[in-house]
Amino acid sequence: MAIFVTEKTRIVVQGITGSFGARHTQLSIDYGSQVVAGVTPGKGGQVFEHNGVKVPIFDTVADAVKQTGAQVSAVFVPPPFAGDAILEGVDAGLDLVVAITEGIPVRDMVRVKRAMAGRTTRLIGPNCPGVVTPGTGKNSHGGCRIGIAPGYIHRKGNVGIVSRSGTLTYEAVFQITSRGYGQSTCVGIGGDPVNGTSHVDVIKAFNADPETEAIIMIGEIGGTAEVEAARWIKANCKKPVAGFIAGATAPAGRRMGHAGAIVGGAEDTAAAKIAAFQDAGIEVAATPSDMAEALLRIWKR
Amino acid sequence: MNIHEYQAKALFEKFGVPCPKGVAVQTGDAFASALESIKPPCVVKSQIHAGGRGKGTFTDGFKGGVKLAKTREEAIDYARRMLGNTLVTKQTGPAGRKVQTIYFSEGCDIQKEYYLAILLDRASSRPVIIASTEGGVDIEEVAEKTPEKIAKVFVDPAVGLQPYQARQVAFSLGFGGDLFKQALKLLDSLYRMFWELDCAMVEVNPLITTTDGKLLALDAKVSFDDNALFRHPEIVALRDLNEEDPKEIEASKFSLSYIALDGNIACLVNGAGLAMSTMDIIKHYGGEPANFLDVGGGASKDQVEAAFKIILTDPNVKGILVNIFGGIMDCNVIATGVVAAARQLGLSIPLVVRLEGNNVEAGKKTLGESGLKLQSADSMADAAQKIVKLVA
Repeated sequence: MAIFVTEKTRIVVQGITGSFGARHTQLSIDYGSQVVAGVTPGKGGQVFEHNGVKVPIFDTVADAVKQTGAQVSAVFVPPPFAGDAILEGVDAGLDLVVAITEGIPVRDMVRVKRAMAGRTTRLIGPNCPGVVTPGTGKNSHGGCRIGIAPGYIHRKGNVGIVSRSGTLTYEAVFQITSRGYGQSTCVGIGGDPVNGTSHVDVIKAFNADPETEAIIMIGEIGGTAEVEAARWIKANCKKPVAGFIAGATAPAGRRMGHAGAIVGGAEDTAAAKIAAFQDAGIEVAATPSDMAEALLRIWKR
Repeated sequence: MNIHEYQAKALFEKFGVPCPKGVAVQTGDAFASALESIKPPCVVKSQIHAGGRGKGTFTDGFKGGVKLAKTREEAIDYARRMLGNTLVTKQTGPAGRKVQTIYFSEGCDIQKEYYLAILLDRASSRPVIIASTEGGVDIEEVAEKTPEKIAKVFVDPAVGLQPYQARQVAFSLGFGGDLFKQALKLLDSLYRMFWELDCAMVEVNPLITTTDGKLLALDAKVSFDDNALFRHPEIVALRDLNEEDPKEIEASKFSLSYIALDGNIACLVNGAGLAMSTMDIIKHYGGEPANFLDVGGGASKDQVEAAFKIILTDPNVKGILVNIFGGIMDCNVIATGVVAAARQLGLSIPLVVRLEGNNVEAGKKTLGESGLKLQSADSMADAAQKIVKLVA
């Protein structure tokens, strides 16, 4: 099962002809993911070719959906145009839009989020590493890789991972894989203050997914999304959850790389979030090196 | 990005938010002419980005970065003592900030002080207006002790601030009659500015009523969304590099995200989350991080070199921890960059490198054969323990 995407998911890449989008489209094709279309306005009719795979390029997402049956998009469009690209994907009726773009103005995302109210499309990101559902082949080949994560570090398995940060997600994935376990799906929800899918949305999906047996939730300073997720877990989650919060040493009022990683009020601190995790029965990793071990301490296999 | 009070007030004026008349000057010989248009009694205000100016102390012992001057002579005396002097407030840290601009502001007879701010509410993904009858004080404290004295109004971005919402805010502050009308106009103007200029926050603390029945923004604190600056060149022009750490400015030229901290173990990491947790794990094992440094997802050799240079300009740094999870990027490229930078800079302090990911074996080989005095680590915990021990 996995969540949000499977090895059969048909992907359209928005911004496929830009260098960043093109590079990661190639890596997704190499991973065995079903990249069925690209969109670059004005380049409709051209073909994106990689290792014998031919991906048709369309002018609009609506055309791509109509012609190829694409269900999910990866957005690699530059920041000034990314909000527009997300809404184009929503308007074309996609199930899921994964926005990789870093640096989208907050005001644009506030408008995008408002415009998406009542629509069925899910948004993951922006400023996120994307989603990976590992495949069954060598180095998890044949899975669905949407975004910029390294596919080969994954392994098909039963741990669901959700995080705001890219490299910290890879760290957790790598720890799980090196201990001989694997992942159902890994979701990077992004480091921006206004994003689509939240921690709790992903946790709910993992809780409902029969393939996911245990969960790692990685959070950081800023906002209160991790606290909300912890409350939901305490009341509803049937599966073991391990957690880590980055930024215990971050000074208040300074933005730590991610636009969203800034301590504003008392609830935004790492200490407050760790306390909420403990209260919810989440096994807290004391250090980022301890994420897999923390899960293995409570996951009765 | 932050701006000075005098710059914020110029924007207020442009958008129709009333504030006391003021003049900003950068040199001592302009004091006299400024005081021709701003007649004392007036307020002499040091312009630095940090808050708490009024209660701050200059490094030469002079107290107060904001002073009420009754006469022209007094105003000039205060301004002379402030300009070029270094002001320490609870927000500047012990080093303080050098005052390079003085703002002379018309004196007002204050009847009552209020608090007003507009910022993003993350939970609802909407702008929120925060207003309180408790102005001129620390709003965090008001929120903690008397939350009922704070009104919050959430604005739907699809339609903007509605008149009924402005009325809600004005009623919550207890305004009636002409002040009520002035409040509605001020709120509309302030929200328009917040939205149109991509502000991260506008804060008016205090907002005041005067004895002659006027509503004025006595102070102004405005910051902008860095991601939106590309569409506001007029705002970028207001950036004051004197207010920023030179190391952070240098880092931004190489697309590095760097923030100086107080410790002695420098770190160089790819990815913001990993960089933050590298700081955390150093602290966990008893060390103190000297900085946050994110070289980004696709770090190049040049960026690694630039990062090393910036790290080493901090005299407190006694050791360096490099932590790279090379998912897509080649670990050997990073290793080559580390070796080149260490050689070029004649690195003499301990260096621990933890590499993981793509082509990691080649990367470790490059490090091992470099002849440099560095230690390799297998995990973040191993790396942190090693560097903490080396600088102890």
